[in-house]
Amino acid sequence: MQRVDPTDFPSPGLLSADQWRQINALAATLSAGQALWLSGYFAGLESARTGAAVALANAPGAPAPAPVAAARTRTLTILYGSETGNSAALAQTAAVEAKALGLDATVSDMGEYKSRRLREEQDLLLIASTYGEGDPPQPAVDFFEFLEGRKAPSLTGLRFGVLALGDSTYEKFCEAGKRLDRRFEELGAARLLPRVDCDVDYDDSAAAWIADALALLARDHGKPAPQTGDGVSTIAEAKPAAFDKKTPFPATIIDNFVLTGRGSSKETRHIEISLEGSGLSFEPGDALGVTPRNDPALVAKIIGCLGLGAGAPLKLKGSKTPFAQALEEKFDITAATPRFLEQWANLSASGALKKLLGDEHARERAVYVRDHHIIDVIREFPVPGVLAEAFVAGLRPLQPRLYSIASSLAANPEQAHLTVSTVRYELHGEPRAGVASGHFADRAAPDAVLPVFVQSNPHFRLPADDVPIIMIGAGTGVAPYRAFMQEREARDAAGRSWLFFGERNFRTDFLYQTEWQAYLKDKVLTKMDVAFSRDGAKKVYVQHRLAEHGREVFAWLEEGAHIYVCGDASQLAPDVHAALISVVKKHGARSQEAAEDYLRGLQRDHRYQRDVY
Amino acid sequence: MTKSLQGPDRSRDLSQPLEKLGPDEAMKVRSDYLRGTINEGLLDSITGAVSGDDNAKLMKFHGIYVQDDRDLRDERRRQKLEPAYSFLIRLRLPGGVCTARQWLKLDELARAYGNGSLRVTTRQTFQFHWVVKIDLKATIRGLHETLIDTIAACGDVVRGVMASVNPSLSALHAEVYDAARRVSDHALPNMRAYHEIWYGEERVATSEPEEPFLGKQYLPRKFKIGFVIPPDNDIDVYTQDLGFIAITSGGKLQGYNITIGGGMGRTDSAPETYPRLGDVIGFIPKDKLLAATDAVIGVQRDHGDRKVRAHARFKYTIDDLGLDWVKAEIERRLGFALKPPRPFKFTTNGDAFGWATGEDGRHHFTLFVENGRIVNREGLALLDGLRAIAQAHQGTFRLTPNQNVVIADIPARGKAKIAALLKQYGLDHRNDQGLLRLNSMACVALPTCGLAMAESERYLPSLVTKIETILTENGLSKEPITIRMTGCPNGCARPYVAEIALTGRAPGKYNLYFGGGFHGQRLNKMYRENIGEEAILSAIGEIAAHYARDRKPGEHFGDFTIRAGYVKEVRAGREFND
Repeated sequence: MQRVDPTDFPSPGLLSADQWRQINALAATLSAGQALWLSGYFAGLESARTGAAVALANAPGAPAPAPVAAARTRTLTILYGSETGNSAALAQTAAVEAKALGLDATVSDMGEYKSRRLREEQDLLLIASTYGEGDPPQPAVDFFEFLEGRKAPSLTGLRFGVLALGDSTYEKFCEAGKRLDRRFEELGAARLLPRVDCDVDYDDSAAAWIADALALLARDHGKPAPQTGDGVSTIAEAKPAAFDKKTPFPATIIDNFVLTGRGSSKETRHIEISLEGSGLSFEPGDALGVTPRNDPALVAKIIGCLGLGAGAPLKLKGSKTPFAQALEEKFDITAATPRFLEQWANLSASGALKKLLGDEHARERAVYVRDHHIIDVIREFPVPGVLAEAFVAGLRPLQPRLYSIASSLAANPEQAHLTVSTVRYELHGEPRAGVASGHFADRAAPDAVLPVFVQSNPHFRLPADDVPIIMIGAGTGVAPYRAFMQEREARDAAGRSWLFFGERNFRTDFLYQTEWQAYLKDKVLTKMDVAFSRDGAKKVYVQHRLAEHGREVFAWLEEGAHIYVCGDASQLAPDVHAALISVVKKHGARSQEAAEDYLRGLQRDHRYQRDVY
Repeated sequence: MTKSLQGPDRSRDLSQPLEKLGPDEAMKVRSDYLRGTINEGLLDSITGAVSGDDNAKLMKFHGIYVQDDRDLRDERRRQKLEPAYSFLIRLRLPGGVCTARQWLKLDELARAYGNGSLRVTTRQTFQFHWVVKIDLKATIRGLHETLIDTIAACGDVVRGVMASVNPSLSALHAEVYDAARRVSDHALPNMRAYHEIWYGEERVATSEPEEPFLGKQYLPRKFKIGFVIPPDNDIDVYTQDLGFIAITSGGKLQGYNITIGGGMGRTDSAPETYPRLGDVIGFIPKDKLLAATDAVIGVQRDHGDRKVRAHARFKYTIDDLGLDWVKAEIERRLGFALKPPRPFKFTTNGDAFGWATGEDGRHHFTLFVENGRIVNREGLALLDGLRAIAQAHQGTFRLTPNQNVVIADIPARGKAKIAALLKQYGLDHRNDQGLLRLNSMACVALPTCGLAMAESERYLPSLVTKIETILTENGLSKEPITIRMTGCPNGCARPYVAEIALTGRAPGKYNLYFGGGFHGQRLNKMYRENIGEEAILSAIGEIAAHYARDRKPGEHFGDFTIRAGYVKEVRAGREFND
């Protein structure tokens, strides 16, 4: 939240200089809730003077009957969470009655409601039943989770009312409604009227609550809105420091969970990172640079093996850093490199290591380096009394890793989402993990802080909104397409889209499955084809799906579609490229050469873009 | 007769235009005789369910329910994965009889596609669970190879027809089983859709209506039929929409007493819904069986409620229109008056376990299968054992309405071999259980059933162990008591006729009922609502101690709970919620 200096508002001109000063003096001391209450107070005061029957709040802090300033333009949404349809029916009834009072209400199922719309809501009526032991109805579980989670927005300025349905034979009677009521208040919303808890014979109490709520709303609506300062948008934005690779932004993890289902052969994670306050901005297709830290357990093992102390100061470019911290943050201490072997061969005076360094042993060296991490080398060839500085002289600095961003700022302001596949394997009887993916998997719980920066990727960009796109990705290569879809949905883009996705098993590895299903349902995504390589007797990959749909793929290309490939550089990219050549040959009736030309033309026109790694 | 001059109220039945009826009626009509877009939905590779708004409901008519692993539902939702969908496939197996060859096929399919599990239902058939979409057609075609289908195993049609297993009455069982088969075949929808979708047959153009008897709207809701051979009431004949009670003279089948209007399902907090036991309305000679079936189903087809599904079972049609009117209408359609019911007597609704010998000298072994689940578990390889028996067996298998398995029609020379296999797989001692467990039943519930609100199959065994401790402490371990549990109020395990019943309300919470009749002749009544295990055991403990002290000779537990005033006797379904 940015603090607003009231003196930034120009005086509306209606007020005397003295009145304006007093208001400014008061405004500077107000909390958001107080300000909201006062706005209602003044509006109500005016109504009372003009003889309208308005009950003013008689004490601050009472469940606010809050007549509200910009009444004329307030929107009304009725949200329901229903298990058996009772809440849904009541919501529809309420909407019909609202219309009779001249109020236009939008009715929405919590199960289908886009939670990020909450911050735009003005008047909100919630009708929710309770399921089992105080749980929300199944379709509303996501909504509750969002609302009660750390991602819930501040809702000052929102007015709400809750109608709770339940069954008093359960211990946690109407608990779902109570939870909503509590949480909206916590988030700063103003309670329009007290919650009503209905038992199984809910008809009368529900009808009364609906009538009361609508009467309150109808009273406020239709009144001329008091003048509001249209200069609100002049709020000064704090100029953040420019963060980049050299000075990364210390970003906070806000969510981190495994996308692959139970029993999967993989562990692929979804990570949400807050960029709030960084001023960092990016386009769909860009990457996020992340500097990981090494596993402290590995650091401890290395230090122990070297026979050194963790706290021993290490001189680095003039400054001193405790050895353990330096190993954790500054150096790549996992994979052995030829440079490290050379350094260690000198320090250990090992004949075997020295022999490996000869030009004629390049192949053996490569195999050795592949099969031995640094910890394995120093275990095999101990160097008693080695100096910390001598050890680190063989190390490379720890490099940031780049991840295609899986979200769009239009849909998720001040956030970047990543899709990260955890690398895990065993070597010399010990479990090992990738430096960055291991960091994400094991040491990046929500609230952890990571240095990040934005790496622009101008060669992987969405075309104009009306241009069709074909997106091809396997595994985590699907990440930028999630950003593409979020962006196109936010922009209400008209262009068709087609996603080809591949992974191992349908049941466990269909990354972001429910999101694609929702995009298909909403027609944000036009088509989707999937290839799961380990489900059938025959291995099927995305290139096979491209070939199966070759005629249509070629037709899309002829209609100007842009085509994207993201994922593995060694397998996916060449296989897809070959499949595309075949498609153009077969369905475009071209020779091999002409088909290759066709694709080169697409690349030249930036219509065939790849992000492979 | 109290037939009103104005005739019956027809404002909620088939005579009304579609737009005045419930949404499922329109759905059935637009389904093109149950085809819907199932084929397209099966090809949708983005979901493990069958996409298309109507298809999940339509597939029930094909014997298939879409379900998901509810243990994983929440976890997967957070992972942005759809629920772990799989399918339940219920077989049509009239009278619960299958051959050894069929058993082996079912065993093979269960291992290939059904997570190594066969589930015996409370209506004498098998269910496969955990079948994934891409294996659906292979499973159904596999069944077809052995002449089993799943047509009308669910949906608004006549469901699987039940028949008493009666191991010792060989000739009578054969005749009644044959009658059950004929009624099942007779009442079956033609359902070309099934042949087209699952067997890949061509659609044949025809100008004839596809379903001359059922029509495009089929029945208002499910319709259950069963045949019973007294003195066993194993099929709980009073819980059937239409029941046939075999009447014999000198051991020869004469005909059937007809009972109509039974049904278990109800909804918590909807007092207008209730379980109801059937009324015996008269006797028909055996050659009028199919005519009587048509007449009774016809009344429900034409007069059942098609506005509100919760009120669409035959039991409500009867209570709304009056039993006398419904009986008269059945007689009008039959063209003759029903004769008065003949006397009969039931003694139990449980199974007789172990070896029995029929009049024809062939042997039968009834094997206890806890809650009908046939799987290999640590220490009990039931699936393997029964496969080995099926490989050696010359006769048939019969599934009992209490979820047990009869290895039936074993010729005298084959008995030793079967006995040896039972011993080899440790199945010879499976029947050595407490009487409460032998008389227990549970529906599947969690994790696959979408309706369940609480555990049932996974929980009842451990609860029974605790209750048996109480019974033993009170010297009641030799007392047969029926106990049934369901995960929701819909009543798949026929809980509302049990002496002790539990229906799920929320995880760990159940309604507790007492007072059902020992041979299924009386509904029970709710004693406590929405309570947990501690309260359940405490209530049963208190009443068991009282029963041990004060029971009369031969007095069943259910009867006692009424006499002692713990619950009021329920004389009619409408009193159930009083």
